[in-house]
Amino acid sequence: MRRKHALAGAATAALALVLSACGGGGGGTPSQPAQSAAGGAAQPAANVALTQVYNPSTKKGGTLKAAHSSDWDSLDPADTYYGYSFNFGRFYWRTLTMYKPGPGPEGNTVVPDLAEGLGQPSPDGKTWTYKLKSGLKFEDGTPITAKDVAYAVARSFDKKTFTHGPSYLNELLDWPKDFKGVYETPDVDYKSAVEATDDTTVVFHLKKPFASMDYVVQMPMTAPVPKDKDTGAKYKEKVVSSGPYKFETNEIGKRFTLVRNDQWDPATDPNRPALPDRIEVQLNVNADDLDNQLISGSVQLDIPGTGMQPAALGKVLPDPALKARTDNPTIPRLWYVSVIPDTKPLDNVNCRKAVMWAADRVANQTAYGGPVAGGEIATNVMPPPIVGQEKFDLYASPENKGDVAKAKEALAACGQPNGFTTNMSFRSDRPREKALAEAMQQALARVGIKLELKGFPASSYFSDYAGNVNYVKENGIGLATHGWGSDWPDGYGFMQAIVDSRTIRDAGNYNLSVKNPEVDKLIDQASAELDAAARAKLWVEVDKKVMEDASILPVVWAKSLLMRGQGVTNLAYNEGQSMYDYVLLGVQ
Amino acid sequence: MVTYIIRRLIGAFAMLIVISMVTFGIFFVVPQWAGATPEALASRYVGRAATPETVALVAERLGFNDPVVVQYGRFVKGLFAGAEYDYGAGVEQCPAPCFGYSFISGQPVWPDLVDRMPVTFSLAIGAAILWVVAGVSVGVLSALRRGSIFDRISMGTALAGVSLPIFFTGMISLVVFSYGLGWTPPGGAWTDFTVNPAQWAYNLLLPWITLAFLFAATYARLTRAGMLETMGEDYIRTARAKGLRENQVVTKHGLRAALTPILTLFGIDFGLLIGGAILTETTYTLPGLGQFAILAIRNQDLPQVMGVVLVAAGFVVVASLVVDLLYAVVDPRVRLS
Repeated sequence: MRRKHALAGAATAALALVLSACGGGGGGTPSQPAQSAAGGAAQPAANVALTQVYNPSTKKGGTLKAAHSSDWDSLDPADTYYGYSFNFGRFYWRTLTMYKPGPGPEGNTVVPDLAEGLGQPSPDGKTWTYKLKSGLKFEDGTPITAKDVAYAVARSFDKKTFTHGPSYLNELLDWPKDFKGVYETPDVDYKSAVEATDDTTVVFHLKKPFASMDYVVQMPMTAPVPKDKDTGAKYKEKVVSSGPYKFETNEIGKRFTLVRNDQWDPATDPNRPALPDRIEVQLNVNADDLDNQLISGSVQLDIPGTGMQPAALGKVLPDPALKARTDNPTIPRLWYVSVIPDTKPLDNVNCRKAVMWAADRVANQTAYGGPVAGGEIATNVMPPPIVGQEKFDLYASPENKGDVAKAKEALAACGQPNGFTTNMSFRSDRPREKALAEAMQQALARVGIKLELKGFPASSYFSDYAGNVNYVKENGIGLATHGWGSDWPDGYGFMQAIVDSRTIRDAGNYNLSVKNPEVDKLIDQASAELDAAARAKLWVEVDKKVMEDASILPVVWAKSLLMRGQGVTNLAYNEGQSMYDYVLLGVQ
Repeated sequence: MVTYIIRRLIGAFAMLIVISMVTFGIFFVVPQWAGATPEALASRYVGRAATPETVALVAERLGFNDPVVVQYGRFVKGLFAGAEYDYGAGVEQCPAPCFGYSFISGQPVWPDLVDRMPVTFSLAIGAAILWVVAGVSVGVLSALRRGSIFDRISMGTALAGVSLPIFFTGMISLVVFSYGLGWTPPGGAWTDFTVNPAQWAYNLLLPWITLAFLFAATYARLTRAGMLETMGEDYIRTARAKGLRENQVVTKHGLRAALTPILTLFGIDFGLLIGGAILTETTYTLPGLGQFAILAIRNQDLPQVMGVVLVAAGFVVVASLVVDLLYAVVDPRVRLS
């Protein structure tokens, strides 16, 4: 009998423990406002880091614990193409320019990093010159010269070795025809594309005028690489640092640690306070567990910076203490539906317009997670954080729920008064895209447009299905869910890859539906325009042209819910990075 | 005995060849049925917005332009004779067994697999000890006290253990014991046994218990059923009539006979776990073969998939062989031929 009571008691205690943990928010105790070394204090409040530096501090020391739910494409500056990598990489590399650190719209502008000032364009916009600061050194103490920057740019050309990195400089610069990279053709002189005219001057020669060069050179292809330490595809195992930290350990796919680089001279670098002594990074951490660790404090920085997982949202949003630790920015990313003119009857612009009118924007937003976790209802292509963006709405409807009458008018004009049937693709392993496809199916059914939904795996979505020209044509894919984030926050950085028809090839396309020569012409005009204000206006024209063409149905301008780590100081959301500004961070 | 082992090993080798061919076929032939070109395959392994030139170069580099048979032949040759890897700035020798290089990270597959084996071994061995001891003990006690409150509670708990998926029990255990009570380390904690044995055990405690909870449940139920059947046999009554003590009757005559199906199950379970405890390693972020497998599949990284599939299959085959050999030890009626 006594044993029975004991067992029952133990079971009850265990159950109570589990239930209390489930319901208690797991570490949801409000964190105490931290006292910073600068003497300031910051009260935790939602969205505080969007407009100001939260918990400002100049205190050096400590270890910043960071984690990533996946893995880097590569730690090599020539071979990486993720926003978080560009952001985090600035701990161990420096580039010619960088986003201005800190919160607010100024974060969208670029400031000099290795360079003394921003680039000097030639009058025709085809030559850009950058002068390096003096006193720059690699981690081994050797001086960083313009040759190291030019060499880094030249090595990044080799896409057989560096398969992941951006191709902007491959496309923009005037490379010699016989140049196949620094490894395959080491004797070919590449000065027609990039050259070091002396130890401190880097000159870029472009094929055609291009105005956004200062944004392009903030990308890591311009991070200097010493030629004698370059080991090609293996360089990612031991990157030679030009920034305030260097690698202490690097177990690819598992973890790495950064420690201070004593050769970095803060006098040459007003942008990086370099507060922690160490930065420990763990890779491939279970995404849900990462959120739990962020909440509890075992991890202080979620590196991907794309926001919390749905499982954590249910815990964080209803808990005022946890919610006070979050920031909810609109990021330069659009979730949308490509309306593909290759598939009949969508080759007729009026049929595409019928889709625009019939869509229920509120249902679409709900499918994406609602106004907090999903995003703001998008009425045009360019998201608000893009410099010069203008919000307009060619397909406004009452309460954003679609206009059935106008959709039917468009269908009649298209010669399909009773509607039509087409296929809609989505990434089957993305629940939000599946929900969006279902919402579209219901909304379009109101006007007789019948959607057959086709789910495909995300990993081969663009290579084999929605981004594969033959597959789309042979299988009649009329609509396709899609999403795109900017490479840098101007019109070119956001729009070019998804609206320029000249980027379309057989497979792996990201522009699935915009095939308009007038749009291409406007892109060329905007790219060559050196005046920033005039350039921004031209990109708005591109946006309007695409919306008139009805080949993109915008869904939401994405928002992310970011959580500030426990014990982190000097934290601010940077608009250029679209996430927290990692190089500012410190720990208490 | 030796002939038996050799025959089994030859059979196992043939099976691994078939498995490798099927895996290769799934990777290349199925997409080709869907119309995928070499460039379409290559576009999985490039950065976003890669140019057609980049995609073509990657297709060439990864050998996708060759017929599937040639690619498979190259893979098999690498396994037995090694291969060369061009990393741009030079050429590296990949000694046999060369499973190739990751399509994503460019890292050689075999060293990575070897590096991750201790994690999975540590997890599997610790959990196996726990679940065998706990599962069999509970099963025996339940059978001996059939219908008691202990029997009901333990079998009820066992049912829960079998029913609850590990990604649920794992996450709950982390939330309660790591982030709530602070008794155990957070997810991702791993220390090599050779560096610090105490820390190694501390870090693995929660994964061991969670994994053992899942398996012990099955073993408890199986042991209980086996023991109930065995303890009703005539020879048990004879043993008791001979005047043997009850614990000898239970262990020497009852349990020994009930162990054979448990041993079979253990062989398969342990072999599968050594091949990668995918859910446990993913939930607790342990850098073992299971995590490697799930990442390889998620990234469609063929060399990594091939490597982990063959290693996992190899472990299952070896574990099955060991179990078959143990039959002869446990049950004298079994003769290997």
